[in-house]
Amino acid sequence: MGLSVFEIIGPVMTGPSSSHTAGACRIGWAARQILGEPPVKAEVGLHGSFAATGAGHATREAITAGLLGLTPDSEKIPQAPALAEQAGMRITFREIDLGSQAHPNSVRIRMEGAKVSESVEANSPGGGATLVTRIGSHEVHLPGRLETLLLWHRDTPGFLARITALLSCVELNVASIQTGRTERGENALTAIEIDGTFPGPLLSLLPSIPAVQRHSLLPVLPGS
Amino acid sequence: MEYQFQNARELLELCRRHGANVAEITLRAEEEQSGQPRDALLARMEDYFRKMKESVQRGLAITERSRSGLSGGDSKKVLEHSAGPHPSALGPIFERSIAYALAVLETNAAFGRIVATPTAGSAGICPACLLTWQEQRQGTDLQAALGLFAAAGVGRVIGYGACFSGAQGGCQAEVGSAAAMAAAAISELDGGDPDQVVNAAALALQNTLGLICDPIGGYVEAPCMMRNGLFGIHAFGAAAVSLSGVKSVVPFDEVVGALREVGRHMPRRYKETSEGGLAATPTGLKFLPKRG
Repeated sequence: MGLSVFEIIGPVMTGPSSSHTAGACRIGWAARQILGEPPVKAEVGLHGSFAATGAGHATREAITAGLLGLTPDSEKIPQAPALAEQAGMRITFREIDLGSQAHPNSVRIRMEGAKVSESVEANSPGGGATLVTRIGSHEVHLPGRLETLLLWHRDTPGFLARITALLSCVELNVASIQTGRTERGENALTAIEIDGTFPGPLLSLLPSIPAVQRHSLLPVLPGS
Repeated sequence: MEYQFQNARELLELCRRHGANVAEITLRAEEEQSGQPRDALLARMEDYFRKMKESVQRGLAITERSRSGLSGGDSKKVLEHSAGPHPSALGPIFERSIAYALAVLETNAAFGRIVATPTAGSAGICPACLLTWQEQRQGTDLQAALGLFAAAGVGRVIGYGACFSGAQGGCQAEVGSAAAMAAAAISELDGGDPDQVVNAAALALQNTLGLICDPIGGYVEAPCMMRNGLFGIHAFGAAAVSLSGVKSVVPFDEVVGALREVGRHMPRRYKETSEGGLAATPTGLKFLPKRG
């Protein structure tokens, strides 16, 4: 995809840093979408530069804002910790080391919702862009520029064929499919990036597909 | 695809072939690439320009210092001086334009809303230049939005040929790009032809080559704020020189090539690490944040 005018002029964002504030907020926002419900509790691990320079860049406030569902252009980012408290969301921060291979602006968020728990690793490489690199124990590569369907399922024969058949019925163009499992026949995660948006009726069919345990929809990240 | 371009040679060829200016070609390229209608794209850019003006106004009202203590209240001082009995020999508009650019960076440091153009650290230059232009020429927001499309056109050339990130290319990639984009916008709005518009960007960008990214304490405040203030004026200078007919010796595409080359060889200490330059001076070191 070519460079968009609104990547050059934009994003509209709350300062002070496109990577440490806007990108951090988008990561929190993406994590909330991936969980598929509002988190009740989140433990945020900050790696590298995110840990070192976070305070002056409001990185913690920005991640908290994202977990609340606020977008990078929200002027409520500085008040996010108070808003989280009001919402009964418990968010804790600590410094972590994800290893020398991890991007300096990396974060790991462990979330608990009312129904499910999930952990997400992501980084903010600059200019407000973000990349989700891990969901639970599954490695992924999700820049959030396309709408993405996440399916947690048992690793069974024919699963992908069933899903792609469903997508082809509504003429959805698939940009990428990433799939991985922990062990043969065990839990798997499939992430499908598409052009356009998934129609609501299609999403409501997903729970009735055999082997699907749960799903969530990661929309195009705000400010794209 | 008919209107896609990655360098100035292609951009100018499209302008010639279609008898259109830089803003128009950039708009058509975006229309083609995004599949969104022209009116929606124009409306979005007008909205961005209004948000830029809000970020100027908010910054001008700031009186308290930022969390780091590095900035706050400065744009207001410059604006007041411009309206006082002894403004610059270049006139009050000169100072007001500086104040506008400082204001955006003060808003940014105060966790306010800005439009990253092309980055947060260089977000003051295009708003200051376009707001000053609008006030002086009684321009509309739509005209200013078209100016931003012209800015984005040369920005696109820089994005493909080099980069915008201080961590990758130093301040020249951020403030240098912003100044080139602003120079393009102003020269097109003042009636420059596509060659003059691209030439204005070449003149602005070449005078920022080698500019390092050395943020004191790692904050996007000093020297970032003053760089925005003074390079906005620089953009006006480049636009005026270009409209006079004076040509840059080195054409824009080659200046962008030089930007990339200088960025590649710039030591890491000068790329947003706060390990060199002003950040590593005895005064700069006092502002290093405490961990945690």
